[in-house]
Amino acid sequence: MAGNNHLIDVENLVMYFPVTAGVLRRKVADVKAVDDVSFFIKKGETLGLVGESGCGKTTTGRCILQLYKATAGKVLFEGKDLCTLHGENLRRARRNMQLIFQDPYASLNPRMTAGDIVGEPMVVHGLVKSGEYKEQVAQLLRMVELEPRMAVRYPHEFSGGQRQRLGIARALSVRPSFIVCDEPVSALDVSIQAQVISLLMRLREELHLTYLFIAHDLSVVRHISDRVVVMYLGKLMEIADSDELYANPVHPYTQALLSAVPIPDPEVDRQRKRILLTGDVPSPVNPPSGCHFHPRCQRTGDECREQEPELKLVGNEHWVACHRV
Amino acid sequence: MRLIPYPPGVIVGGEVIFKGQDLLQISEEEMRHIRGNNIAMIFQEPTTSLNPVITVKVQLSESLALHRGLDKETAGQEAVKLLKLVGIPDAERRVEDYPYQFSGGMQQRIMIAMALSCNPELLIADEPTTSVDVTVQAQLLELINNLRTQFGTAVIIITHNLGLVARYVDRVNVMYAGRMVETGSTEVIYGQPKHPYTLGLMTSVPRLDLGRKRKLSVIEGLPPNLARLPTGCAFHPRCYLAIDRCSKERPELEEVGENHYSACFRSQDVKK
Repeated sequence: MAGNNHLIDVENLVMYFPVTAGVLRRKVADVKAVDDVSFFIKKGETLGLVGESGCGKTTTGRCILQLYKATAGKVLFEGKDLCTLHGENLRRARRNMQLIFQDPYASLNPRMTAGDIVGEPMVVHGLVKSGEYKEQVAQLLRMVELEPRMAVRYPHEFSGGQRQRLGIARALSVRPSFIVCDEPVSALDVSIQAQVISLLMRLREELHLTYLFIAHDLSVVRHISDRVVVMYLGKLMEIADSDELYANPVHPYTQALLSAVPIPDPEVDRQRKRILLTGDVPSPVNPPSGCHFHPRCQRTGDECREQEPELKLVGNEHWVACHRV
Repeated sequence: MRLIPYPPGVIVGGEVIFKGQDLLQISEEEMRHIRGNNIAMIFQEPTTSLNPVITVKVQLSESLALHRGLDKETAGQEAVKLLKLVGIPDAERRVEDYPYQFSGGMQQRIMIAMALSCNPELLIADEPTTSVDVTVQAQLLELINNLRTQFGTAVIIITHNLGLVARYVDRVNVMYAGRMVETGSTEVIYGQPKHPYTLGLMTSVPRLDLGRKRKLSVIEGLPPNLARLPTGCAFHPRCYLAIDRCSKERPELEEVGENHYSACFRSQDVKK
């Protein structure tokens, strides 16, 4: 894969979590959180990762960052396999990859000041000496539109949106090239969401960042992403350019997912075709045979029950895993 | 519903007229009769609203016995019927299950079944779908909508989801800092909003049908602290149309169109 412009290559990634039972904690089953997933992220792009809860999108993000050791598969960062790194080498590699969390309340240490929260990663990675990061912190706070004088405050003195800005400043402090944004706006008020989304988009331009943007809100993902990956129960369903995916979804699951999201304009929304899925997402411990989506799909056939569909190319960089296309 | 605990909550004034009767004047006993029988409520988090240690059957039977005076056996049968009505498969068996054995979407269906058990005339749904996935959200709202047309129940949906409002709602009240700032039919609220806050909400949400190059407009600042509200119009510190008068005087709701009211001195200058 050398010579392309891929920053991240995920190859056949598998992540199983064992389910244990009994006094001997014997393994009785696996939660197949991510099951043979491959995709890439180009330098400077934002890749959206969408799906319903339990589909494996957060796990995928964490496997890329090596917060979980993948059961199988590779994660290449600029062509180098991260899964084989350990200790000091892994720590050094991590400086380039940061994470912004969903919950701005749980992800900031309540006993540290804002300045220390933002400054600590720089010390850990040896970019500055302990206690000598005041200048850098001030600059980072300005970058996320907070005031430098706020550095002495504690997290509880900030609002939700401001805390999320702190989380962003912390991620940026070590000058990463790649950031996994895991549901960064879903815990925020509507009017605050727009502020944080705009900030993330501006920072991407200014600092030439690459994002993996994980969210369940399809409208937000469409707004920020260049390309979008749709996951269902640990599997990839569809990958396409963002505009292409929303204008021309091919997979029955993507179609249903999009039609379930109402558009905040009654005139437009009331003219749309709606597909209503029945049932819930099945358990990833015991996923359905063949195509994981077949029990809820309106176009199921025999082959869907028996055989797992492969990703097929259906258009310009538009991939779909469905027997029926 | 008179469900705000006292203390600290005090209703200091006003009236709540339900079918000609002021709910704030009647006794707690009369109110208890109205809750469930006439007005029912669905809460945001089904997981915390259902009792985890008793079966669904017992929970559903409780209100049936209390409000409709059914005996244990008929109440049990009625509970199964209700579960079928809200689309829970295998209802005869599942009625014996405990809440944790159901998914979030199914738990919310149970909450809906419970709310509907006494054929209320008014259903208040407080953020009914914020804790479930989009495909399940669509299922639940279709369900509420179907039951509404089937039984002629009036529904109040309390939500921050503007898409949901556009799809399912007839009339909208927009609130900001404890006051109603605009009210009108869904068509006029979305088509010709006449309050800067409403307009700001509309243009600050990303939309599925609009491309990614659209710039989101941003409402600057934060929602105010309710204990220290700004003087005049509570929205004026965040408003792009604010004039001197807005910080001194509080605007009242004024008619700006047919059945369309806005509380803004500059409502005529609000342009989409």
